[in-house]
Amino acid sequence: MRMKSISSTTLLKLYQEMLKIRKLQLKIEAEYHKDEMKTPVHLCIGQEAISSGVCANLKKDDYLFSNHRSHGHYIAKGGDVKKLVAELYCKETGCSKGRGGSMHLIATKVGHMGSSAIVAGSIPIATGAALSSVLKKDGKVSVVFFGDAATEEGVFFESMNFATLKKLPIVYVCENNFYSVCSHQSAREANPDISMRGKAFDIPAYQIDGSDVCEVYLKSREAINCARRGRGPVLLECRAYRFRAHAGAGDPHKDTYRNINEWKEWIRKDPLKSLERKLLKNNILTKEKKSKISKTIDKELTEAFKFAKESILPNKKDLKKYLFR
Amino acid sequence: MPWTKFLIETKEPGFDEHPDKIKRKLNVSESIRETLYQVLGKDERIFVMGQGVDDYTGMFGMTLNLHKKYGKKRVFDTPLSENALTGIASGAAICGMRPVYFHNRPDFLLLAMDQIVNHASKYSYIFGGELQVPLVIVAVIGRGWGSGAQHSQALHGLFMHIPGLRLVMPSTAYDAKGLLVRSIADNNPVLFIEHRWLFKHQSYVPRELYSIPFGKGLIRREGKDVTVVGISYMVIEALRAAEKLKEQGCDIEVIDLRTLKPLDVEIIINSVKKTGHLIIADTDWGIAGAASEIAAVVADQGFRYLKAPIKRITWPDIPIPSSYVLEEAFYPGADDIINTAADLMKGQS
Repeated sequence: MRMKSISSTTLLKLYQEMLKIRKLQLKIEAEYHKDEMKTPVHLCIGQEAISSGVCANLKKDDYLFSNHRSHGHYIAKGGDVKKLVAELYCKETGCSKGRGGSMHLIATKVGHMGSSAIVAGSIPIATGAALSSVLKKDGKVSVVFFGDAATEEGVFFESMNFATLKKLPIVYVCENNFYSVCSHQSAREANPDISMRGKAFDIPAYQIDGSDVCEVYLKSREAINCARRGRGPVLLECRAYRFRAHAGAGDPHKDTYRNINEWKEWIRKDPLKSLERKLLKNNILTKEKKSKISKTIDKELTEAFKFAKESILPNKKDLKKYLFR
Repeated sequence: MPWTKFLIETKEPGFDEHPDKIKRKLNVSESIRETLYQVLGKDERIFVMGQGVDDYTGMFGMTLNLHKKYGKKRVFDTPLSENALTGIASGAAICGMRPVYFHNRPDFLLLAMDQIVNHASKYSYIFGGELQVPLVIVAVIGRGWGSGAQHSQALHGLFMHIPGLRLVMPSTAYDAKGLLVRSIADNNPVLFIEHRWLFKHQSYVPRELYSIPFGKGLIRREGKDVTVVGISYMVIEALRAAEKLKEQGCDIEVIDLRTLKPLDVEIIINSVKKTGHLIIADTDWGIAGAASEIAAVVADQGFRYLKAPIKRITWPDIPIPSSYVLEEAFYPGADDIINTAADLMKGQS
């Protein structure tokens, strides 16, 4: 039903985006053991539908703010994949010129205003961007992505309070993957329903299935429109699953902190595969088209990794560069 | 900034401990208010925020009634939420605005350490210069009247440790205006720390806007025997000490650093070259603080000019007490500078 209210073009675009994010993660994972990417990586496999679904509703100059699990947000907002990979390889050609690493991606030309590795750190900054839009009357919307644990930080509540008070055009997107490193939400939060936190400020807040890109797309469209019309902030809790460990490749110790049945259940709901199945079933995607999309992405990624590996490293003489503007 | 002229001066015009009556004089809060009034009118990117900026006290007068002229959108009261509000100011700054965020006391900045230290001060560097954070944070050291351990701290030593922050500590109304203009015009986060006791001090302040560069200290009083580097209010105490020391035949040179970061090393070294003696007088704790850093820099770059050990006059390593008797015992002042300078001179003879 939900799928029918989204155009085939948009569905294909969402699929392509999610596939690109997934393939990029898998390629990073495959290359990671070589220890050439000397920076921690936080893979977002399993959570692709959230960044793709939300960003499909944003204009190029709308603002996006991100966290440590940042690759999907960067790609979905239109960031240059070459510069992302180069940043992972610590190169001067990286999006942050090798000064940031995987947790500090940025692409201001497409409205990606940076990612913070301090949990919840981007939430107030995004709120400030929304304040600037009100002061400048530029009509932009700010979106900030953060995890479930970020809602345990004070600034989450402080920011929602201020955004509500000033009716700021911002959408708070919580990607609830239930784990902060290895700590389950049940060990950390008295009330697992994060969307209910919005009630304290009487703002629209929704809990949605973050592994269903159609649901994310439609609900975030409503949220972004609401924010753009000057109705104030919206909170979206998108529930999805982190298929890999907190950081690094694979999840070799998943038995020690996850319920394996829970894990299997979420793997079965794989956001990318379920979308692919639906698209094939409805003839929106054909096998030929699928293979063509896949090849195009593979080519782009191969080029990006080649670019990154061949790029120059930062010059040690420039150690102090960029401290001040 | 198109709306300021840029002044590089080695002397503050009209600065005189014994004020003449001709020139227009303002105290620090009047000077700050005038500056904000003028810049808000010149640049729409600038806005003023902070708890109580639009109340009847107007942040010790610094923001008094600015909202009536510029409206509640550009001069607004805030929730306490210091950490989020710092991030909010930074977020507006990276999107092209120039916020000036007021706090009654530096003590409250401790609630915003994450956004100041982890975010605002690092965002230019970690994004390879792709972002800039033109944010000014103002706080006023609240010494005295029993303000106690959590309402009297200075904390600039803590912030001096952090790369990516400018640290401004004016001691006159003239400097307050010129340095605030410079701070707002800067593309980086600036911590602008004032001192409540300086609010009574008046000095000549030109009507027009002017900008004083960072990292340029001033010689407030020339002398040949001992260099006294003063920070914030301690500049005034040093000038008081100078009068009495003169009677004792000791001629001290008083340096006002104006900004701690960047630090004017040259002005200190040149003075020590002349006097051979150094006292650093700070309004903060001594251990690992600004005075210690300055002492280390001089030991490193000016050791050969020193005729005696460097002396630091700072707070003792305890929280600030409330009772006025204990406050008297806690805060060093002109007498400590006098005694220390006299001891240095005795050691020399």
